[in-house]
Amino acid sequence: MSLNDLFKQELKVVNLGLKSFHNDLKSQGVTVVQVNWKPKAGGKKNMLNLLSKLNKVKQS
Amino acid sequence: MTLHTSIKRNAYYDSVTLMLLSRELQKLEGVEDVLVGMGTDLNLDLAKDLGLASGEFDTLTPNDLFIAAKIDEAQISMKQVEDAFIEQLNKSAESDGDEDYQPPSLRSAVQALPGANMVLVSVPGQFAAAEVEEALDAGLHVMLFSDNVSVEDELRLKQKAVEKGLLMMGPDCGTAIINGKPLCFANAVRRGRIGVVGASGTGTQEVTVQVHKLGEGLSQVIGTGGRDLKEQIGGLMMIQGFESLIADPETDLIVLISKPPAPLVAEKIYQIAKTSPKPVVIDFIGGDRAAIEAVGAIPCISLEDAAQKAVKALHGEAFDDFTGFSLPEDYINCIVDTSVAKLKSDQTELRALFTGGTLADEAMKVLGVHHEIYSNIPLSPEMAIENLPGGRGHICLDLGEDQFTRGRPHPMIDPQTRTEFFESHVDEKTAVILVDVVLGFGSYLDPAGAVADSVREIRQRLSKQGKDVVVIASVCGTDLDSQDLNKSIESLEAAGIIVLPSNAQAVRLTDRVLQRIKKGA
Repeated sequence: MSLNDLFKQELKVVNLGLKSFHNDLKSQGVTVVQVNWKPKAGGKKNMLNLLSKLNKVKQS
Repeated sequence: MTLHTSIKRNAYYDSVTLMLLSRELQKLEGVEDVLVGMGTDLNLDLAKDLGLASGEFDTLTPNDLFIAAKIDEAQISMKQVEDAFIEQLNKSAESDGDEDYQPPSLRSAVQALPGANMVLVSVPGQFAAAEVEEALDAGLHVMLFSDNVSVEDELRLKQKAVEKGLLMMGPDCGTAIINGKPLCFANAVRRGRIGVVGASGTGTQEVTVQVHKLGEGLSQVIGTGGRDLKEQIGGLMMIQGFESLIADPETDLIVLISKPPAPLVAEKIYQIAKTSPKPVVIDFIGGDRAAIEAVGAIPCISLEDAAQKAVKALHGEAFDDFTGFSLPEDYINCIVDTSVAKLKSDQTELRALFTGGTLADEAMKVLGVHHEIYSNIPLSPEMAIENLPGGRGHICLDLGEDQFTRGRPHPMIDPQTRTEFFESHVDEKTAVILVDVVLGFGSYLDPAGAVADSVREIRQRLSKQGKDVVVIASVCGTDLDSQDLNKSIESLEAAGIIVLPSNAQAVRLTDRVLQRIKKGA
């Protein structure tokens, strides 16, 4: 979707992180979904690197 | 005092929630020091620096929550600290009042929200790039609030965004208004025909607020993140935003805001401005005026000036640099006279305590012309705050910089940091206190009230020595903000604070008062 198409659409937001941003958007009537986010692979660096490599292989 | 640690595995909470909880726990009787956080490298380093780390910390992952507390066991047990934590956490969840389904990943969220078009990312920096990449790959626009994202990741992600025609605002992007909806830290302003692309958060907020006050409105406000106009990134997002506003039929005039860009990047932007069919106002705070004029764009001397020129140019009216005040000159002279008259002869120093980074930059540029200002954002290295001779001299601080926000929320979210600086940095030698009060989404619920309380406390303290102090403020906010501009001004004025209608004017008045003190009242 190009940037100028975005300007013509209703804003629909996925929020990853601070819950207060979700609440502010909701209070303005913006359609927003809060992700129950947690660091992938328990946040362990070696596992994250491995995941990222796997994703790249998948994409190629 | 004994050190205790409590660990909860696989329990993730966001950093602002935990920082605010830490502060509540700190108030408990018998708690000397406490830190609540996720086991990220940043938090583990902070716990070590505070002397709150224990052997168990080696086993923590960023997905584990820890409570580390130094307590007096005669007064409180660790169990009571943990119970207080749970109680506060429940309170915070209740105030959210939100029972909506929360999908566990970006992918599942996109499935749950058909037509999703924007992803707002504020997770810890080390995890942010992967999430942004996934969003861009799914064809979604991104606002990346997180900091601590590498320049390499920023470049790669922005290149991908440009290739796909998407926004990738950030990292460390605090402000945007897309389709009239404020994102993160932004003010409630009316919609209109002026489009903004800004690399400076509170600079962008100040311009949008001033445009609103002048009766005009904003079409789109696009943030880029502070590094966008550095040579490594090449202004990718400012150019993308600029071109999209040129193509946007709802935008009739474009304002660009940034600190001075790298020369090569500035040149690229000037070339687009040169061929823009719409008027372009450029505030590269302290940037090259001649170069801006050479391409037919409109240069500015302050954020307020940018807003004024934008509105006048939009209306086809003539404009000059706005170097003065909204109030008549003799009224301003009267304010300076009465302000200086209430000071004693040994009160000569400035304490400028800012929560907004760009507002502090703007103050430094103006005040640095006539005065030697020590700062954490100094105009020259020898004026760094560390070089302040014997603690005496003019001080201007950007309290939102990393050195003041380790382990605590940004001072726009929580006024505690500035409250502490009012206590520690304002004394019997202080003549003038200069502050910003930033309203809007994301900001504290009553920043003006917090400043007013601190000023009352300062006045009470100084009155014991038969002294008073001059306090000058500006409010970056509108009548539509939940904190309400007019209520905020009333609350400041009730505490004897002089409120000017813009940061530029508040800084100018401060300059006048300091010059008068220097000359001798």
